[in-house]
Amino acid sequence: MIVFWFIVITVLWVGFLLLEGFDFGVGMLQQPLGRDAAGRSTVIGTIGPVWDGNEVWLVVAAAGTFAAFPGWYAAMFSAFYPFMLLALVALIVRGVSIEFRGHVESARNRRIWEIALCVASALIPLVLGTLLGALLHGVPINSAGNFTGNLGDLLSGYAIFTGVTITVICLMHGAAFLGLRTLGEVHHRALSASRMLAPVTALVVIAFAAWTRVDVGGVLLSWEEFLAILAAIAVVPLVYAGRSGLAFAATSATMAFVVISLFLELYPRVMVSSTGAANDLTTTNTAAGHYSLAVMTVVLVVLLPVVLTYQAWSFYVFRRRLGGAARPVEGPPPPGPSEPATAVVAGSEHAPDPAGELTRPAGPINRVTGSVIRLAGPLFVPRRPPKRGG
Amino acid sequence: MSVDLARVQFASTSIYHFLFVPLTIGLALLTAVLQTAWYRTQRPEYLRLTRFFGALLVINVAVGVVTGLVQEFQFGMNWSQYSRFVGSVFGAPLAMEGLAAFFLESTFLGLWIFGWNRLSRRVHLATIWAVAIGGILSAAFIMAANSWMQHPVGYKISNGRAELTDIGAVLTSQVFLRGFIHVVFAALITGAGVMLGVSAWHLRKRSSPEVFTRSAGIAIYVLVPATLLNMLIGSELGVTEGRFQPVKIAAAEAQWNTCQPCSFSVFQIGGGKNDETPTQILEVPHLLSLLATNHWNGKVIGLNQLQAQYSQQYGPGNYIPNVFIQYWSMRVMAYLAGLILLIALWGLWRRGRLSESRWFLRVAIWSIPLPFLVNTAGWVLTENGRQPWIVQGLQKTQNAASPSVGTATIITSLVVFLLLYGVLALVDWGLMVRYARKELAPAGTQPDAEAPLPEPSY
Repeated sequence: MIVFWFIVITVLWVGFLLLEGFDFGVGMLQQPLGRDAAGRSTVIGTIGPVWDGNEVWLVVAAAGTFAAFPGWYAAMFSAFYPFMLLALVALIVRGVSIEFRGHVESARNRRIWEIALCVASALIPLVLGTLLGALLHGVPINSAGNFTGNLGDLLSGYAIFTGVTITVICLMHGAAFLGLRTLGEVHHRALSASRMLAPVTALVVIAFAAWTRVDVGGVLLSWEEFLAILAAIAVVPLVYAGRSGLAFAATSATMAFVVISLFLELYPRVMVSSTGAANDLTTTNTAAGHYSLAVMTVVLVVLLPVVLTYQAWSFYVFRRRLGGAARPVEGPPPPGPSEPATAVVAGSEHAPDPAGELTRPAGPINRVTGSVIRLAGPLFVPRRPPKRGG
Repeated sequence: MSVDLARVQFASTSIYHFLFVPLTIGLALLTAVLQTAWYRTQRPEYLRLTRFFGALLVINVAVGVVTGLVQEFQFGMNWSQYSRFVGSVFGAPLAMEGLAAFFLESTFLGLWIFGWNRLSRRVHLATIWAVAIGGILSAAFIMAANSWMQHPVGYKISNGRAELTDIGAVLTSQVFLRGFIHVVFAALITGAGVMLGVSAWHLRKRSSPEVFTRSAGIAIYVLVPATLLNMLIGSELGVTEGRFQPVKIAAAEAQWNTCQPCSFSVFQIGGGKNDETPTQILEVPHLLSLLATNHWNGKVIGLNQLQAQYSQQYGPGNYIPNVFIQYWSMRVMAYLAGLILLIALWGLWRRGRLSESRWFLRVAIWSIPLPFLVNTAGWVLTENGRQPWIVQGLQKTQNAASPSVGTATIITSLVVFLLLYGVLALVDWGLMVRYARKELAPAGTQPDAEAPLPEPSY
């Protein structure tokens, strides 16, 4: 039961960084990739409907730790107090900036919220990634399970590099996501960003795996580190071949295996104590009783499949690509009068409405004729040769 | 010192968070009702109202969600001893809240906001109901967790920690069931109060009176029964708490010595710690007996007697919360709730000619701030009344804080949160005022359901 809950916590972190990972990537990339207001609206619009649901994975990971491993939750949140504070501020700013930028009237205020979104989206994975690295690297914990160090003890080189690794993967993951979810200019910029980021990400992941070996000892790579490196390297040819769908799958795998490797390196510990192995927090010395774990297991087994189903459905509903219709997509031409030109004209009809800031560049959506959905093309881009300098 | 600062931080961030929680739970329900009305009648005014109040909902949900994160993290950050002690019992409802409520609320809110043109009318209606149900579920789980702190049940103490032994007992505790219903009705009153106030503002300005008369009417029809019922439920909750937490109720009346029957003072001067014989003004005989015990001649044990009893039971210490705060938070809650009821009843009387009732419209705008004050006072009453305990009878607040977190750290985080929350409040308030004062889009832009709708305000 205790092992099962350690796996659950790992899965929740994987779910969080897999889903929010591209939200963070998109949040960072809206600045360089969305060159004007419309471009940034397109970029942010890709995560508009889903980021809030994705964030709940973190909420459940934290609450799940609280319930299943109270000793871990108590030690981690109080030891990493400055990290938690910074992460909370960044999470707050990130959440409201997406919301507020769609509502504020002046262009200047909108810019402020967009820059806030960019900074916050970078800080969250950096801080939380550093935290995960520090769990493994070890911080001073006494026999009562309480932190005894200071800020310097939390900031080891390895921990910081773990944060950098997670952040870089988020960037790559976000670029791959934008490659899947956008059209037109933004799409081309996302693809060229992917081509730039992919080799960097692969190198960072390799360096991370190597540093992990140095930091925790041992010579051989574990299977999950091997898979993480394999996935990170696979991203490179995939983005150069323009295979957006597979590239996104590979960035997802990279993120998943990096997170899994951190947790498996930890197990059976949950927080390494730098004051000696006797003070390590482990799954068994921090776990809640059998009964509460059993209750939680029932709830999880019943609810998680339901949650996954409707969350997947929401991704399906918002599968339509966003972005300018200026470059026609290869594939079947849209039927009827809804040619791209019509789309632009019809889109401007809605311009006086301050609404739809996030999605307006997508053009109008006529549910009856389904014009935009056809216009937008299928979820996976038709393959095309890489276009440089897009 | 650091315990006090941690308390200030928890209290201030909770109060702030709970400005947004009841508003969004209430508005989600009312928006769902408006959209259902549109779905069934096809009348465009209901669609316009759905959009209008939906926009107010969406602005506030964002702040409610992110400030909730602070609450969840804060247990571990500032109250690690508490977290270790109660995690097995208290963490379970929090995790269930995330799984059952937050996923539902967040995912379907995204679907609702962006799904106007992508989902069928029926499915789109279902999404706002899912949001509303998610909100109510989240209230259920968080109230289960909170009620356990007021009245711990279904646990055993092993290795110095509370271990869950009976989840059924936690989820059927009287304090929980009454507290949960009390909070859901409070949320409904908050949403309806804002709806009435905003509608009244527009009716005064004569903007779209035919539409805002409807929303004002709906709000009044929700407010009258909800406020009446919630007063009864609150009074029942008071009796229940009086049984399990007699200090809380005795302190709310500044009742230092046992009485039978007990009168209720409408207000008084003094009555605090060093003044056990306050000047009571306007005493209502038997009312305290009735409120605290449901009996005409019920006995209310005084604070001095309870202090003696607890000192014997739990060892020496001060077992009396701040009486001044208890006494006045109870009265602010009850009296302002009475004002809300009066406004709603006035509206009920003037229904059918609301738009001509200038005085009513002027006063009805006050139904916007009143529920927030009532909610805050209610929480102060129930949480301050639990002191000095963090978990009634099991753990004291002073033993619950994080040993590794120093005063300077908490001061830093307190200042950071206050500044950040201040900025959020200003922006949110500015947006609310702008959106609430916005004139409704003319009916012509909202044609029949077959035509493409403009993207929603998001």
